[in-house]
Amino acid sequence: MAFSDLLGITPNPVASAGIWVVLLITLLYFARISGHKVVLTLSRTLHDAMRLGSHALANAERALRARNREVLLAAGREAKERIIEREFERVADAVEKDLGSYPQFQRNLSDVIVRIEEDYQKTMDVPPDPPGWVKAVDAVAKIDARNDNMVGTILSDIHKSLVRAHEQALEEYRGASRKRHDMLRRMVPGWRTVQKNLTEVNKNVESLLKRCQPIDRHMKEYEEIVSGTDRALQVLSSSSLVQFFVSAFVLSVAVGGAAINFSLIARPMAEMVGGTAFIGAFKTSDIAALVIILVEVSMGLFLMESLRITRLFPVIGALPDKTRVRMTWITFGILLSLASVEAGLAYMREILMQDELATSAILRGGTVAENDFGWITTAAQMGLGFMLPFALVFVAIPLETLVHSLRTIVGMLLAGTLHLASLSLRIAGGAVRLIGTLLIRLYDVLIFLPLWVETRRKKKPKSSAQSYSEVS
Amino acid sequence: MMRRLIYVTLLVLFAGACSDPVPRNIGVYLLLDTSGTYTEQLDKAEQIINYTLTRLNGLDSFAVARIDTGSFSERDIIAKVTLDDRPSAANSQKRLFSETIHEFLSHVTPASHTDITGGLLQAVEFLAEKAPGRKIIFIFSDLKEDLLAGYVRDFPIPLENFEVVALNVTKLSSDNIDPREYLDRLDMWQARVEAEGGSWRVINDLDRLERLL
Repeated sequence: MAFSDLLGITPNPVASAGIWVVLLITLLYFARISGHKVVLTLSRTLHDAMRLGSHALANAERALRARNREVLLAAGREAKERIIEREFERVADAVEKDLGSYPQFQRNLSDVIVRIEEDYQKTMDVPPDPPGWVKAVDAVAKIDARNDNMVGTILSDIHKSLVRAHEQALEEYRGASRKRHDMLRRMVPGWRTVQKNLTEVNKNVESLLKRCQPIDRHMKEYEEIVSGTDRALQVLSSSSLVQFFVSAFVLSVAVGGAAINFSLIARPMAEMVGGTAFIGAFKTSDIAALVIILVEVSMGLFLMESLRITRLFPVIGALPDKTRVRMTWITFGILLSLASVEAGLAYMREILMQDELATSAILRGGTVAENDFGWITTAAQMGLGFMLPFALVFVAIPLETLVHSLRTIVGMLLAGTLHLASLSLRIAGGAVRLIGTLLIRLYDVLIFLPLWVETRRKKKPKSSAQSYSEVS
Repeated sequence: MMRRLIYVTLLVLFAGACSDPVPRNIGVYLLLDTSGTYTEQLDKAEQIINYTLTRLNGLDSFAVARIDTGSFSERDIIAKVTLDDRPSAANSQKRLFSETIHEFLSHVTPASHTDITGGLLQAVEFLAEKAPGRKIIFIFSDLKEDLLAGYVRDFPIPLENFEVVALNVTKLSSDNIDPREYLDRLDMWQARVEAEGGSWRVINDLDRLERLL
């Protein structure tokens, strides 16, 4: 039924509209309670559903945050373990280097000390005292021999003998003292050696103590990670973000390098696999060049894994050392071969380009200009072709960092999205409830006239009763 | 996850292997009018042929045939080549082709008649046999057909999916007197080609050869 038909129930459209309005208001008035219930039930149902959804999302967010926390702590713990392990290896190297010769050093030190002790013992031999005749000689010398010549002569002889003996004894004493001094002088280098060795030991021990300081710091951080403190989480999160952006930047640089590498070998590849074969929408030669580059990157990954620089494949890291070293050499050999192939292809590219230029020039009726410096381009291309595969080896390091940090970043983003969705649902639920209330009010506004009448009628008996009570 | 990735890869490869490969190569057949005074235009033809050669890639086919008394014959094919898949070999073939054409054009003798229809038929057969992705027939002629008595050429030529390009359509002296003859000639060939399902183009400005392919 069209709208115009509705207005045609009476000849006057306004009257028809009026009838419809009255009918509608009457209908709405009688259906008021049911209408209110419907609106209320709908709004409540929607509100509850949204709230339930919000709760579910919040729970999922909590679970995800817990998982992120575990992942972050596990990654941090693993990284810290690696650092501590490396620090211990450094300390072990230092101990081996600085204190490895300690037994020899101790033996030398003991020898020097024994020698010093022996010399010292020797110096303990007291030289003979000068004879105690000095007083006697003095006494003899003081006797007055002027009155008796013979006594004087005897005393004089005695005096001379005594002086001579005294000088002889003094000479012996001096000789013995000199020997003792010589021995003490010989002990000086020994003392110096001991002092030097002890200083060196002190220096080594201090160096070791200094090396132990980072270990202490790392151990403290490790303990924080193990106990899962908020500070540790905060540090790990920010560290993950930084690592993600840095590794993404380095990887984008590597992608640039791979693109140059690709352009170097794609054209000459046409000479090997044909220039017109297609796989899907892509040239076979392009795919072949891409495969070579990807194989190089894979070999680089394996090489880094074999050298235990990265740990993307635990199987390789867990291989026996002999197998691992063998794998290192094999991957290096393959890389070297691929680099040589690339250098050859780069050379081929130059030849092909020159050939194409020459053909085009001939076909266009011109001549090819000789380029004396063409060899520089060729050499540069060959050098690039040889070096880029080795440069791509190092992609493994940022790749590993990106993979590890990506787990954290993706987890954080997902948690943030869930949080936003939960919040949006909660807000929407609240809004639906408000809209329900608003609709009920609007409903009443539409039927305000019968409602007003109803209110008036309800008030009337009250007022008459009131007047009755007043009269009585 | 890994297993799913392998399944998807295998599916894509399988789908790629099952679908018919679409030929991407080009087949070009150039009909060269060597009749009468038109031989004076042959240096331009050489220019066009060489330019076409520079634009062709591996597996593309190219043939140059003269339009003579009875052109529906392989003896009128001056040179033909299907370029090798390898760029270096393709370059050598291009040079050889160019030399052959140069040699022919240096010693060409004017033809007495012009059998464009016979040449077109020969071109269609050649290109249909090569089955390239794109089939182009160049007609380097004034488009004035001059058949020997007894030769029947009023039959349909299957030109569906063929591009026919008339090059360097020079005006004859009679066209100068009545230009309608020239326009009628062009209209007639266009109608004939399009009636058989082919597309028709005229390129007279040879300074802009990039429109050729």
